[in-house]
Amino acid sequence: MTNSSSSGNLQRNMARIGRNWGLYLLLLPAVTLLLCFVYKPMYGIIIAFKDFKPALGIMGSPWAGLKYFEKFFNSYQFSITIRNTVYISLYSFATFPIPILFAIGVNQLRANRFKRVFQTVTYMPHFISTIVVVGILMILLSPGNGLIGSLYRLFGAEAPNLLGSAGMFSSLYVWSDVWQHAGWDSIIYIAALSSVDPSLYEAATVDGASRWQKIRFIDIPMLIPTAITLLILRVGGMLGVGFEKAYLLQNNLNISGSEVLSTYVYKIGLLSSQYSFSAAINLFNTLINFVLLIAVNQISRKYSEHSLW
Amino acid sequence: MELRIPKTRNNDRLLEIVLYTWAVLVLIVVMYPLFFIVIASFSDPSAVGSGQVWLYPKGFTLDGYKELFKHSNIWLGYRNTIVYTAVGTAIGLAVNLSAAYALSRKDLVGRRFLSLFFIFTMFFNGGLVPTFLTIRDFHLYDTFWVMVLPFSVAVFDIIVARTFFQTGIPPELWEAAQVDGCGNLRFYVQMVLPLSKAIISVLALWFAVGQWNSYFNALIYLHNPDLYPLQLVLREILVTNQMQNALGTGEAAQIALRLANLLRYSVIIVATLPIMCLYPFVQKHFNKGVMIGAVKS
Repeated sequence: MTNSSSSGNLQRNMARIGRNWGLYLLLLPAVTLLLCFVYKPMYGIIIAFKDFKPALGIMGSPWAGLKYFEKFFNSYQFSITIRNTVYISLYSFATFPIPILFAIGVNQLRANRFKRVFQTVTYMPHFISTIVVVGILMILLSPGNGLIGSLYRLFGAEAPNLLGSAGMFSSLYVWSDVWQHAGWDSIIYIAALSSVDPSLYEAATVDGASRWQKIRFIDIPMLIPTAITLLILRVGGMLGVGFEKAYLLQNNLNISGSEVLSTYVYKIGLLSSQYSFSAAINLFNTLINFVLLIAVNQISRKYSEHSLW
Repeated sequence: MELRIPKTRNNDRLLEIVLYTWAVLVLIVVMYPLFFIVIASFSDPSAVGSGQVWLYPKGFTLDGYKELFKHSNIWLGYRNTIVYTAVGTAIGLAVNLSAAYALSRKDLVGRRFLSLFFIFTMFFNGGLVPTFLTIRDFHLYDTFWVMVLPFSVAVFDIIVARTFFQTGIPPELWEAAQVDGCGNLRFYVQMVLPLSKAIISVLALWFAVGQWNSYFNALIYLHNPDLYPLQLVLREILVTNQMQNALGTGEAAQIALRLANLLRYSVIIVATLPIMCLYPFVQKHFNKGVMIGAVKS
């Protein structure tokens, strides 16, 4: 009985596949690209467990077991890169509420013209390239002839070299991100607020609620589901301090505060060609992110009914 | 029908003052660095260096912009970036929109598995070295194509477009077309795409901005300076300061240093201008795009 119905299902499915062959053709380019350039490299992760020699190929290279993982865990760089990566991630994680506050503020602006100008201006930095943002930082913050130098000289003081200070690196990294993206990141929350039923506000007004109370009891609860979804995604990228900006802001003076996993993987792998070692560090990083994502999603599903899957 | 009591009204007034003060401060913090670069690019660099330039240019000069024309690598980079942006955007749209449409169809057998196949890549990948080796195996290292083809699948964009198709293209339309003997491909090209101008323009802009601004792939996969996009040339000028390192001392060096400083301002303006000019016209669409994405979550 079950057998015949499942074969009936199979037949029906085969018929649907045949009828919709065009859809599979539409999927073909994207699937091919992912197979070649994302899934094929996943197979290449094996080199983390091998002594990879390009001449021997992935299959031909001898196995090395966990040698490269042990090498990383025992290396002097291990604690530095992990500490910096975790610290910068947590720091930038702490700025997570800023776009939410931003959206609540924008939603309260009543003058429509001003509101539009405000949004246009605050979204703008999002479209500037990382290289230009770092270039602007360097121009403004260079202690010799930058804006900050002039500012300190006004008060007869010597400007600190923020760009060459290991302790300041995380702040530069995080706050320039806030400057660049806080406005843009608020859009999704503004969208959530614009879907609030206006009668809710009217009812609150009739009940004598102040604007502050409306924010507290209508706006904030509206934003929580969106915030949780984005929070989960954010935790999944926890140890993914972006290579692009960290690498550009790095210099010999601040390296002890600016070497993060992604820049270290690049230097070991592509600049000094220690392929297997670099792949091992990279895999360690990816696995931690993956586990964090799944863990947070499970926790969120258990306690709040919001989850990614 | 105002029923508010006076105390609340006072609180609301206070909120209003705090709100607009905050908004104006934010505007200044966001705008001033950009404004400063603009006025500095028209000013005498020594006036900028000694802190005399705050609100308007001092010692007006166009030397920085004239200097731009002496650096052929900037214009080569500009040309390369325009080509990468145009070709990359076209490929990205073709690949991602069609995948998104197929995934939006409920009658696609294997839809769950295929969605997972795409979404998995958002959270897990081979990492830098295995990807690099793969690109080399495909003989794409240091070629034009590596900039536009291998990494053109954008899963987030596919999810946004899929949501758009699910809500914007009624299933009855496909049923009616089917009755008339219209196949999937013709339906997609002649019906779906013309109805999806909003999402197409949003994705086109996302791709174009991403291509224009990215430097990671160029840094990793390009070796030949003739293929460098504008951002890598900018990196040499703005970040690694290759100009200044090559200088000696003396009066000639002073002049060269002056020009190198000016060049840093003017090159920022020239490299960012195209996007900034485009931006006000498309901002509306960008908002719409994020809203479409928000529907999903």
